[in-house]
Amino acid sequence: MAKRVLTVDDSKTMRDMVSFTLKGAGFEVVEAEDGVKALSVLERTNVDLVITDINMPNMDGVTLVKQLRAKPSHKSTPILILTTEGGEDKKAAGRAAGATGWIVKPFAPDKLLQVVTKVCP
Amino acid sequence: MSDSSFGANELDRFRATFFEECAELIADMESRLSCMLTETADSEELNAIFRAVHSIKAGAGAFGLKRLVTFSHTFEALLDWLRDGRIAQDERVATILVKAGDILAALVEAAQQGKEIAADFETEIANELHGLLEEASGGTSTHRAKAEPKSTSESVTPAKATVDYRISFSPHAELFRHANEPLLLIKELERFGTLHTFCDTSKLPSLAAMEPEDAYFSWTFELSTNRSKADIAEVFEFVDQDCILDISESAEEEAFGLFDDDEPKALNEPAPDSSPAVAPTIEHKPAAEPAQKAQSGAKSNANATIRVDLARIDRLVNMVGELVITQAMLAQQIIDQGKDQGQQAIQGHEDLAVLTRELQECVMAIRMQPVKSVFQRMPRLVREVAGKLNKQVNLVTHGEQTEVDKTVIEELADPLTHMIRNSIDHGIETPDVRIAAGKPAEGKIVLSAAHVGSNILIHISDDGAGINRERLLKKAIEKGIVTPNANLSDEEIDELIFAPGFSTAAAVTDVSGRGVGMDVVRRNIVGLGGRIQVQSTFGKGTRFTLIIPLTLAVLDGMIVASGSEKYILPLTSIIESFRPDKSQVREITGGGQVASIRGEYVRLVYLCKIFDVPGAVLEPWKGLVVLVETASGNKLGIVVDELIGQQQVVIKSLLDNFTPVPGISGATILGNGRVALILDIEQLAGMTERRRHATIDGRLSGSKPALLDDQASQPHSDVDDGALPRLAVGSR
Repeated sequence: MAKRVLTVDDSKTMRDMVSFTLKGAGFEVVEAEDGVKALSVLERTNVDLVITDINMPNMDGVTLVKQLRAKPSHKSTPILILTTEGGEDKKAAGRAAGATGWIVKPFAPDKLLQVVTKVCP
Repeated sequence: MSDSSFGANELDRFRATFFEECAELIADMESRLSCMLTETADSEELNAIFRAVHSIKAGAGAFGLKRLVTFSHTFEALLDWLRDGRIAQDERVATILVKAGDILAALVEAAQQGKEIAADFETEIANELHGLLEEASGGTSTHRAKAEPKSTSESVTPAKATVDYRISFSPHAELFRHANEPLLLIKELERFGTLHTFCDTSKLPSLAAMEPEDAYFSWTFELSTNRSKADIAEVFEFVDQDCILDISESAEEEAFGLFDDDEPKALNEPAPDSSPAVAPTIEHKPAAEPAQKAQSGAKSNANATIRVDLARIDRLVNMVGELVITQAMLAQQIIDQGKDQGQQAIQGHEDLAVLTRELQECVMAIRMQPVKSVFQRMPRLVREVAGKLNKQVNLVTHGEQTEVDKTVIEELADPLTHMIRNSIDHGIETPDVRIAAGKPAEGKIVLSAAHVGSNILIHISDDGAGINRERLLKKAIEKGIVTPNANLSDEEIDELIFAPGFSTAAAVTDVSGRGVGMDVVRRNIVGLGGRIQVQSTFGKGTRFTLIIPLTLAVLDGMIVASGSEKYILPLTSIIESFRPDKSQVREITGGGQVASIRGEYVRLVYLCKIFDVPGAVLEPWKGLVVLVETASGNKLGIVVDELIGQQQVVIKSLLDNFTPVPGISGATILGNGRVALILDIEQLAGMTERRRHATIDGRLSGSKPALLDDQASQPHSDVDDGALPRLAVGSR
């Protein structure tokens, strides 16, 4: 069965790019615009991986990661955070919250896939 | 390039989405920024602005728009410092931010259109941003935009000779808490070349003592690969703080992916488990704080929306328009066949008519947007223009939520901008003049929108100097726009400001500019099927009224017949229709006819005479008079043969193929497939008006027919009763 990935980003451009890349590689992709929506998607859907932006309205990525890690069901769901070049503090914050890894925006599609296969069992 | 393996089609699609998003982000950002000029933004506001700039930067990076990335990076850095209080908000900072917002918008626009912009276009403002950052950091390092985002393809180093590496890897329990999986890392290493794996299970305690979430295994790998050490390090990039890692045989530098601080400690330290020193220091950073901040603003978006290409909606609107026509044709055919022929068909058709109408309303609603998007640009404009002219102006807006068709909104921005400029430049006086005139130093401009029938009414009123009719008339005569002996009413004089090439300003300023005047505004508004009016009280203020149809696509119409022709009258302008008694119709001095109705006289207009239609009824008492009202409240009796019926018509523009026909605003297709012209009431009124003046100027200069004079000035009588006149507009 195809692996399902949730991409969380307030920018449709970014969601589109992630989604297009992953779908091309045979993943199933669901989208959410912010942390709050991501949580509600995750209540209905099981996913194998979450890729989330950090800066988002309503609920940012770091909070999302923390909330997911606090749930037994998502304790071991791999979560990748999208950071920008030089966003070391964000990376650290995401990491402290329990993120599995990070991807630097802008990303090349093959880089994204490489990272995804690295964390997605 | 980072986007190297997206196809061109996808890239175009992403780009289109990106720029759409940019437009929204910029509009949002601009309105928030301009708020900052008057009040201190709270952290939620700042976060929202930051996110907008950040999203633009991220997207720009994806499309290799380096200039945009660099600028937004600096901008973002400043916002970040503002957010965490390292820079204090004040007027100067706000002004710089607003300017930076402008530059960002311009850079986005240039990027979208592939326009060239001067190399130093953003330099000045970027320097100002850097200046602020420098000040805040005590003159030390600034957040200079970091070099271009590293090209990620660097990681794929060219093929080279095989090297043997020895890698030792001892995970901490942390690694599992981050949902990393050593097995996946090993699999990845395996893809690099020949891998020998040795697992050290010596730390595994007895089953009773075992913590299921702890880490007990460590590994040593021997890897023969042509990949670089950096590539190998990259495999562990997410876990290097959660493990002890040593990759030996180092001939190259590491390219990226490591948490720099901890790297040296991790090297050459094979001892597992006994490593408090290696424990992720990062863990103690207060990551919770920004997270909470952001969450405090957690509000769920009540309105779920989807983004749709406008072209699709246009097509939908068009198709629904065609559907309406087809439905009307069907109705005609059913009626032609005779009622008793198919009672059921008639019933079914009535249902269809209802549904069609509902569908049409729904589709039209899709394109409706609040005028807020235009209105919210104005406060800033007012501030800028007022600042430039050393005037004090307070802008008050009402009715921002009034909805109007998107195409209309887009066309509104320019005229409104121009009119507001105009009001500040020519209307509002300088503070000293105002005080001398007994007014408060601060001028007031009110911008309001409201629905009236199927129109939107926009008022722009100021409490400035008002129109100086004497000067206006003098100038008009100088310019040869009116003849020196013309006898114009106050309203007619005011209307002169819409005459082409007319500028009343004593000196041409760089604010309102030269050349483009109110005539262009009027042309724009008329292009929208709307009208513009001005009312002014000298010394007290001026009020412009725009009356614009909510949509450019459909119209509720009354089909009338004159001779062999059928015309459509906009239903909203019709007051009533009646057949006058012969005694009610009178000839007036200077030519023309009026009909008296309930003690009021209305001018009669014969469609057949204006459009030269043969065979029409020439005696109103044998035909019908349709009483209509113009936007300014003037009444007009249109003489027709008969009323055919009411119908919603889809407006088809004639302008693609014809030059504008006076008195005609468009055309439509009737149920029987014939084309009918849609009448323009305002123009019809104007046409008769002009005829009247031609006669007056030519023959009777100085003395106007008493009847007409009363009639024409009556609706305006309330103009002078207060500081700002109310407009008498039919409110059906």
